[in-house]
Amino acid sequence: MAGNTVTRADLAEAVFREVGLSRNESARLVESVLKLVMDGLAGGDSVKISSFGSFSVRMKGQRIGRNPKTGEEVPILPRKVLVFRASHVLKDRINRVLSPRAGATSTEAVPGGPPAT
Amino acid sequence: MTKSELIQRLADMYPDPRLYHRDFERVVNKIFDEIGDALSRGDRVELRGFGAFSVRARAARVGRNPRTGASVHVREKYLPFFKTGKELRERINQN
Repeated sequence: MAGNTVTRADLAEAVFREVGLSRNESARLVESVLKLVMDGLAGGDSVKISSFGSFSVRMKGQRIGRNPKTGEEVPILPRKVLVFRASHVLKDRINRVLSPRAGATSTEAVPGGPPAT
Repeated sequence: MTKSELIQRLADMYPDPRLYHRDFERVVNKIFDEIGDALSRGDRVELRGFGAFSVRARAARVGRNPRTGASVHVREKYLPFFKTGKELRERINQN
């Protein structure tokens, strides 16, 4: 995927253009929104943003994993994981733009790789 | 927490007389719209400590209608994906 990376600075810039606040205040607001979402999730709450998606915390039980390098069995302790479910609005929005270009993006590797010399 | 609760909490954090409830609403909407816009362009959104949003392609495949068993062509599609950031992952597991 031909991709740029959007960061906090870009979000702050977008907020700056949207609301008549200074760049500094815009950046603080972005930070506060992220913090509020994180605080909610850390407190076990789920966060639902309509037409975007929902974040929820799910419990994972203990299971036996393996060190891929040594093959040694190690227990993976029970833990909580964050799950993001995108809303249909977001999924549709992404596919409306990206899918028409589909097909032109596949640069599949030749099976077997390049010929050995 | 819903989006309107998030907006209310944000407003409570900034008791600034220049800012109305409607401004906080615009801020929150703008942030999530901007993330959605980026994903629609195929861009990644990386928010250190929080997590990263990206788009993953799913190849076209032949699917089946589970009710009738008829095979249907499912075209290539893109799915948004979120990877939790380190700090958030650790905070979730802290209690």
